[in-house]
Amino acid sequence: MALSNGASELKAGPSTQAAAGAKLSALFAGTLGPLIGLVLLCLALSLTTDTFLTVRNILNVLDQVTVLGIMAIGMTLVILIGGIDLSVGSVLALAAMVMGFVAHPDHLNLGMPAGIVTALVVAGLCGLVSGLLVTVTKLPPFIATLAMMSVARGLANMITDGSQIIGFPDWFTSLSIIRHFGFLSVTVGLMIVLAIIFAIFLNYRATGRSLYAIGGSAEVARLSGIPVKSLTNWVYAICGVLAGLAGIVLAARLDSVQPSSGFGYELDTIAAVVIGGASLSGGVGSIGGTAIGVLIIGVLRNGLNLLGVSPFIQQVVIGVVIALAVATDTWRRRAQ
Amino acid sequence: MSLDPSHTQTPHLGLFVSGLCKSYGPVQVLADASFEVRPGEVVALLGENGAGKSTVSNIIAGSTKSDAGTITWRGKPYSPASPAAAIDAGVGMIHQELKLLPDLSVAENVYVGRLPMRGGRIDRAAMNARASAQLKRLGLDVSPERKVRTLRIAAQQQVEIAKALTLNAELLIFDEPTAALGSEETELLFQQIRKLKAEGMSFIYISHRLDEIAEIADRVVVMRDGRIVARHERADIPVRTVVEQMVGRSVERMFPPLSEPGSETLLEVENLSSPERSFQNVSFSVRTGEILGIAGLIGAGRTELVRAIAGADPISSGSVRVAGKPVHLNGPAAAIKAGVVLVPEDRKAQGVVLDQTIGENLAIGNFDHVAPNGWVFPKAVQKFAEAGISRLGVKGRPNQAISKLSGGNQQKVIIAKWISRPPKVFILDEPTRGIDVGARAAIYDVIADLARSGMAVVVVSSDLEEVLGLSHRVLVLSRGRQRGILDRSEASNVAVMELATS
Repeated sequence: MALSNGASELKAGPSTQAAAGAKLSALFAGTLGPLIGLVLLCLALSLTTDTFLTVRNILNVLDQVTVLGIMAIGMTLVILIGGIDLSVGSVLALAAMVMGFVAHPDHLNLGMPAGIVTALVVAGLCGLVSGLLVTVTKLPPFIATLAMMSVARGLANMITDGSQIIGFPDWFTSLSIIRHFGFLSVTVGLMIVLAIIFAIFLNYRATGRSLYAIGGSAEVARLSGIPVKSLTNWVYAICGVLAGLAGIVLAARLDSVQPSSGFGYELDTIAAVVIGGASLSGGVGSIGGTAIGVLIIGVLRNGLNLLGVSPFIQQVVIGVVIALAVATDTWRRRAQ
Repeated sequence: MSLDPSHTQTPHLGLFVSGLCKSYGPVQVLADASFEVRPGEVVALLGENGAGKSTVSNIIAGSTKSDAGTITWRGKPYSPASPAAAIDAGVGMIHQELKLLPDLSVAENVYVGRLPMRGGRIDRAAMNARASAQLKRLGLDVSPERKVRTLRIAAQQQVEIAKALTLNAELLIFDEPTAALGSEETELLFQQIRKLKAEGMSFIYISHRLDEIAEIADRVVVMRDGRIVARHERADIPVRTVVEQMVGRSVERMFPPLSEPGSETLLEVENLSSPERSFQNVSFSVRTGEILGIAGLIGAGRTELVRAIAGADPISSGSVRVAGKPVHLNGPAAAIKAGVVLVPEDRKAQGVVLDQTIGENLAIGNFDHVAPNGWVFPKAVQKFAEAGISRLGVKGRPNQAISKLSGGNQQKVIIAKWISRPPKVFILDEPTRGIDVGARAAIYDVIADLARSGMAVVVVSSDLEEVLGLSHRVLVLSRGRQRGILDRSEASNVAVMELATS
């Protein structure tokens, strides 16, 4: 945040420009470092491969990050208030299984709309329970969501006794395949719209600003009359719903749902948010930053694939990037 | 009594403290402190909050370094680099907040860091037997294998003493040992001190309970503003004399003139009690334009009381009315809505969000004003912040990080946050703690202005001068009980301290 002030002051030329710069930097508060990283990464890949910088490949990257991107929006809210949600991968699987079970002709056969709504409700309830475990039972968020991670995974397996459900209507799977206007699939559009809505929410809504206050100091927020507990419950519930939505998007992409899906996604999600400049102690972070973090992970995977690097080495590289991103952020803060 | 330290330099193998000084930045917290502790005696160290008692003790116990001065202990120069070095030299300190490991056993706590070993493994049998012997010496009958967490505070304290004994301590410093003890437990502690004294151990005893001093101490040293102001060769001194020496005549300070309070009662507190009994049956009222000071020693329940009135902590019984209407105290939001606002005690942890700007800090708690439809626009925040900043003369801009401001300016931001509502009852807990003496006058002016504008103001402070200089009336708390409300005309240093130490 302080950095964005500095940046806008540096830019201070004609006052209108400065104001516009300040507005832009507010949306991408504290994300200059990750943004530079993303640009350098894209530059390097453009130079080393001839396939990276093609429209088709860029659209591929966007398609590939939809699930991660939608989950990361919810995780941004949770991390902003100083929490953590380890259950998103399991909740994703549970929501997908619930949708399949309710909608699929082999099971309840109640139609896709009923399946999607039920899935989102179940995912939201999972998040709400995590929230209540934090606010009422006073469990540390790590433990509360670790428990939910196990419970949701178990429930996802119980629905079909561990087997997958295959085959959804064409219109549903085409949501992630057909590119409207020549470039935008519905699922990518959904991710972008959600990101914009939540960016506006966090920047310009009183409730959004309150989340920053809670993360900065829950006690200051409480003494200022902000309903810390109920907002915390809401944030976990919304994070659950978004994880559920990501599960539905994944189902559309794969034309199937399986109880083992989303395994380990919580760590990718947390990594994206943290690479995007959010602080795990809360109060610092933005949707803009998270978008950059998601893109860094997406571009890195895509690029390493194009370069023919083995997936095992990819894991090593992503680990190094996480450490580097957070270390530079820490150094920069200390330097201030 | 004598102020000349030279006459006390009789040769013995006790502790000689001579000319100790300590400053933190520009603030001198200890100036030329000299006294002695002879073998087998208890010296009581008395003084108000912040008089320098803890600093002296911490230097002797090795947890703080002095800037100047020397200490001689058992005939040798002594300047411990760490608490461990002090312990090696036979000097131990029992802190007010006990430093035990609650999930380890009694014996493990006594021998932590030097567990008896045998063949590479902990010799539990020897450890338990030795710990047991020390506990028996103190007259404490608990199993050495019991977890410390399951013991009462008094017993935990004795575990600390037992630990010091096994470390062969010859001098023990007690910081407020009886603050958490009942009268029987206090008596037991005194018996133990007398017994150890007879064995030749020395004690420095810090307490706010002046009635105890005559019973346990042999001599008394009184401190004020970082200096030793009196040494008494005996302990049965009239409480009034000690109190006068403790509060003394301080430097003349600038307090703004107070305006006459109005006649309408704004805040009524009736029989308020806390669930933890940190305060009980407190009743008072404050009128428009009136400043009520709340005085008391640390732990008297002042902060707990005002936090409860502001809805920050739950109450067990009693009621609060603002302008005649009962306030449902179920959270800060309800209190703020009813017009009660609090400037909390710990500015950094409870008052400001350090990661945010001045403007953002001002907007927290005012979203109903800044964002009437829920939309927070940077321009509105900027305008709101500029109004608050200019009203209180904060030296800063709305988009500046609040962490870069001085303590005084941060405090003004917290006051500015609430001032625009406007509140009916303004509570300030330790409004000048950690603020430069020079910047305090500005805060005093702000507080007097709050009252002049018709609010009922409540000020809690450990600084007695401040309470007396700012308040129309002073409520005195001691150990959670209301000891009286003194009018400005009758509220003197001595009158307040007598009630506060009762």
